[in-house]
Amino acid sequence: MDFIIAKYNYWIYIILMMIGFYAMIAKNNLIKKIIGMNIFQTAIILFFVSIAYKKGDATLPILTYADAHGAHAIRAAQYMNPLPHVLMLTAIVVSIATLGVALAIAIMMYKKYHTLEEDEILKAIK
Amino acid sequence: MILEQAPILIVVIPLMSAIVTPLLGWWKRDLCYPWVILSLLFSTLCSVIVLNTVMHDGVIHYYLGGWLPPWGIEYVVDHLNAMMLVLVSGSSLLVAVYSRKSLETELPDRIVYFYTLFLLQVTGFLGIVITGDLFNLFVFLEIAALSGYALIATGEDGAPLASFRYLILGTVGACFYLLGVGYLYMITGSLNMADLAEILPGLYDSKVVLVAFSFFMVGIALKMALFPLHMWLPDAYTKAPSVASALIAPLMTKIAVYVMIRIMFTVFRPYFSIELLPVTKIMLYAGIMAIFVGAVMALAQKDFKRMLCYVVIAEVGYMVGGVGIANAVAIKGAILHIMNDVVMTLGLFAVAGILTYKMKNHEIVAFKHIFKKMPFTMAAFLVVALSVIGVPPTCGFFSKWYLIQGSVMAGNWTFVVALLFSSLVNIVLFFRIIETGYYDFDPAGSEHTHEENIVVNEAPLSMLIPTFVVAVAIILIGLYNQSILINIIQFAVPKL
Repeated sequence: MDFIIAKYNYWIYIILMMIGFYAMIAKNNLIKKIIGMNIFQTAIILFFVSIAYKKGDATLPILTYADAHGAHAIRAAQYMNPLPHVLMLTAIVVSIATLGVALAIAIMMYKKYHTLEEDEILKAIK
Repeated sequence: MILEQAPILIVVIPLMSAIVTPLLGWWKRDLCYPWVILSLLFSTLCSVIVLNTVMHDGVIHYYLGGWLPPWGIEYVVDHLNAMMLVLVSGSSLLVAVYSRKSLETELPDRIVYFYTLFLLQVTGFLGIVITGDLFNLFVFLEIAALSGYALIATGEDGAPLASFRYLILGTVGACFYLLGVGYLYMITGSLNMADLAEILPGLYDSKVVLVAFSFFMVGIALKMALFPLHMWLPDAYTKAPSVASALIAPLMTKIAVYVMIRIMFTVFRPYFSIELLPVTKIMLYAGIMAIFVGAVMALAQKDFKRMLCYVVIAEVGYMVGGVGIANAVAIKGAILHIMNDVVMTLGLFAVAGILTYKMKNHEIVAFKHIFKKMPFTMAAFLVVALSVIGVPPTCGFFSKWYLIQGSVMAGNWTFVVALLFSSLVNIVLFFRIIETGYYDFDPAGSEHTHEENIVVNEAPLSMLIPTFVVAVAIILIGLYNQSILINIIQFAVPKL
């Protein structure tokens, strides 16, 4: 129980990711698939932001104030890390671009086949 | 001075040209074609310069904006990715030259946007290959993938759905890769490949590193369409426009194999990937399965492009299996096969594009009398087909030879059987085309042939010349394979 509560943010990320994954694989409607994909990507953002946060006496990510000087004097497991947030800005841009492309393709299909259900589109193609 | 900047120019030239292309097309649409060729020509030139520098002076480190690693992004060019850069930029240049006529018939009203995406796609490919930073690799992976989805979606009937499925699976692959990056970052605090290689050996028993490694492997296997994860590939590459499949099919899977080799042997030490984990064993069996399934499925296809897609899946099995054997000879064979397979697949899909352009169809049944109608195209096709089968003067023989030699040395006979089986199936596959194209068996039994009606109807020169360049390259790589091995590939093989 302690194991679950202490790392609740990681559990949430896993649950969210699995919800998204399920929707991407199992749903028949293309928009639901896209929503699942977005949940999946958002879960990863939550994961990255979680690894930046440290409880208790975290250190600063500044080399001069680290325990010893040098490139790897500071331990990744100990300092508050601002970098994952920045990485996630890029990942958000990527996920929005993916969403855009996915929606554009869905619109293309809707215009052509007048449905967003995958099985109906498959029937229309053959 | 400008030569020092060559590594960044390889990526920046197509990227900037992609931004300019829509503006240029808005002004004068016909300028797009020479513009794309010009920009890829410069990019290829830079790659050749970089390859030359690497061969003479060793590994190039290029720091973006002068920020030193591990904080800044670093481009590292060693023998392996210098070779890949030349392959990627060279083959995309050939496809660009090839593209004009095919696009005018298939997508007459979308040429400008097609070329924009084309350049972005090439940018993504080149970026994946050149970068020395894991997160930067993810961004380029997504640039390449996103423009690929859009390019594929513009194809024939059913292409949007194929592209959508590819998008879903491709996103899962990229996200798994990103998770792998996250787990490694969590424990090391670094994204730079060389820096990670320094830090990681002390952490090899950590579960976090194991999780990261497995996420990387599954993510990349999705991107390279390794056997159980290949479902997206046949539809996507069959239904894409000819030019898009000629660009993406040879490069995407091979670049994913490159990324796999990079992560297994540069980010992690060979000791971790080969001895500590049974990863290579899994890869070997996945490769063998991919070869068998790819070969058998290719036999069952009636559509030429679809058949080629399954050939691609089998070829991915060659490379993954070769790395899975994990001795120096087999990995040498696998790396040589990356090079050969880019050239061979490009040749196959270029021929498929020409046939689609002329016949408006890529079913094998439609290919009657093609040898008489298009003697030059089919001559090039024969060279490519012989190479895929693995007949000696062509390049396909030599990589297969090293793969077989490596697996014999490792005592793994299943892989040898798989390789030979796939070669035999390839003979059947390509002779089926030759049979349909050469002889006219009338099922009704009537013997009269329409020889007087058949006139030579050869493909336009802009499509024929790139195809011939590929055919010549296949023979040249075959003849000069020793000097390629000695000067480039032997340095690319990791020290086991």
